[in-house]
Amino acid sequence: MKLNELTIKEAKGGLKSKKFSSVELTKACLEQIKKHNKDLNAFITVTEKEALDSARKADDLASQDQVLEAKSLLGIPIALKDLFSTKGIKTTAASNVLKDYIPQYDAAVVKKIKDAGAIIIGKTNCDAWAHGSSGENSDFGPTKNPWDKEYVPGGSSSGSAVSVASDMCIASTGTDTGGSIRLPASFNNVVGLKPTYGRVSRYGIIAMASSLDSIGHFTKTVEDSALFFNVTAGQDKMDATTLPNPVEDFTKDLNKGIKGLKIGIPKEFVTSDLDNEAKEKFEETVKTFANLGAEIIEISLPYTEYGIAAYYIIQPSEVSSNLARYDGIRYGNDRSYFGDEAKRRIMLGTFTLSSGYYDAYYKKAMAVRTLIIKDFNDAFQKVDALISPVCPTLPWKLGEKINDPIKMYMSDVLTVTANLAGIPGLSLPIGFIDGLPVGMQILGPQLSEVKLFQIGYAYEQATQWRKQKPAL
Amino acid sequence: MKINVVHVAKLANLPLKKDEEKKFEKQLSEILNYFETLKEVDTKNVETTSQVTELENVVRDDESTLSLSQEEALSNVKNQHDGLFKVKAILTE
Repeated sequence: MKLNELTIKEAKGGLKSKKFSSVELTKACLEQIKKHNKDLNAFITVTEKEALDSARKADDLASQDQVLEAKSLLGIPIALKDLFSTKGIKTTAASNVLKDYIPQYDAAVVKKIKDAGAIIIGKTNCDAWAHGSSGENSDFGPTKNPWDKEYVPGGSSSGSAVSVASDMCIASTGTDTGGSIRLPASFNNVVGLKPTYGRVSRYGIIAMASSLDSIGHFTKTVEDSALFFNVTAGQDKMDATTLPNPVEDFTKDLNKGIKGLKIGIPKEFVTSDLDNEAKEKFEETVKTFANLGAEIIEISLPYTEYGIAAYYIIQPSEVSSNLARYDGIRYGNDRSYFGDEAKRRIMLGTFTLSSGYYDAYYKKAMAVRTLIIKDFNDAFQKVDALISPVCPTLPWKLGEKINDPIKMYMSDVLTVTANLAGIPGLSLPIGFIDGLPVGMQILGPQLSEVKLFQIGYAYEQATQWRKQKPAL
Repeated sequence: MKINVVHVAKLANLPLKKDEEKKFEKQLSEILNYFETLKEVDTKNVETTSQVTELENVVRDDESTLSLSQEEALSNVKNQHDGLFKVKAILTE
């Protein structure tokens, strides 16, 4: 097995036993980027020099065993979505507005990852400002799906998902405002975590919709996702919405199995709108859960069908406010540099917040949000977690939905409600249809990540879909 | 629902080209029509949700800390004058 194909856990083991060095591991990832980034367009910036410098330092530190224990990502190459501010490294949000912007500080999460000893290998492509479900809205060109380059990789964290799926790094970061981690994870056969709202600091991450933005990551396994979350979760005084609850060891229940757990299937998520083959694949998954000893219970979330309308009012309203700061005076280019999707969302949000329309749109959507939250609260009285498909369709061809905003927005129908409720979701592979990956999401109440990892791990161990790799 | 794109773009300080106005008017009006579905939902006596953390009155310690230097603060600026951000005149005679 090549070094760049390793998981966090495997790489840690190899570094500890001195089978290889961080420089060798980092070089293997850089080599893979050089070979395939031209085709896949997963990275906007590759920080080769900085990465190799950090890797050398990591190798020096790794000679001391206690440092290796304390720094849980020591020497591990990580890619960051280009929405994460990195001191001295260009951060574009995949938009021409910020095409030459160099932050003066690191995002809180970037600092945590660096303090844990990780190697920052580059900044990944995404839909500009994280606006999109396909990865095509980047001002630096679309990212391609490594399983079939004619297909979209899913968005908005397109490059982050693809960089992990194609072994250009060991793990990567992303943001999920309406599905932007879970959807590309499911289109790429990797594991994606959207944490509970407020569990990870948003400080220094270019804001999309502040009441919805969740900061998460992509990994090759469920265990890696828990290990990574051990580094990023926690309160931050620079983000007043971070939760004061103590951080647990997220790996602690991985081996508990799911015997006797109550798993809910939301019937509104598995309707005739769902692609037929995707539905069959999901039904197989439900059977696997039953075989593993879980109790399967049908659940109703009656307000699901209003999720997209509520979300596409609340989110652009917050977008229009957050993007108001980009005036080109202190940094970046002026507002004529915004792409089409950003313009649409700014105008939509400006309209729904404007005098005379506020009550009919924004206030109404905020009330529907309350009902969607109540749906989930009622469900979690009856079950430990819910499982559902991530996207109603399989990955689609590049260009297929780009001129039809509503069609594109509908791809988020199964993911946005978790953001409206602020609950966590873990997306993981459930197999393939015609060579393209399919995924599911496991949703739980706020702060239930330990349980999501427990459930995800049991399924992953029983299936091992993750071991299949794209032929690049 | 038809949206006045020119007016909204002005409110949002977004420069639009003529052909964009037409395209966005069509697309945004379609999206607004889709939102009509919310009218089916009875939200009488339902409180609104603006945040999901239930945290209230979160304040930081009132302590001064190091901030960016003037040089750092200006490191991304395209137009500056004597170490200050340069902006277009707001009031003219």
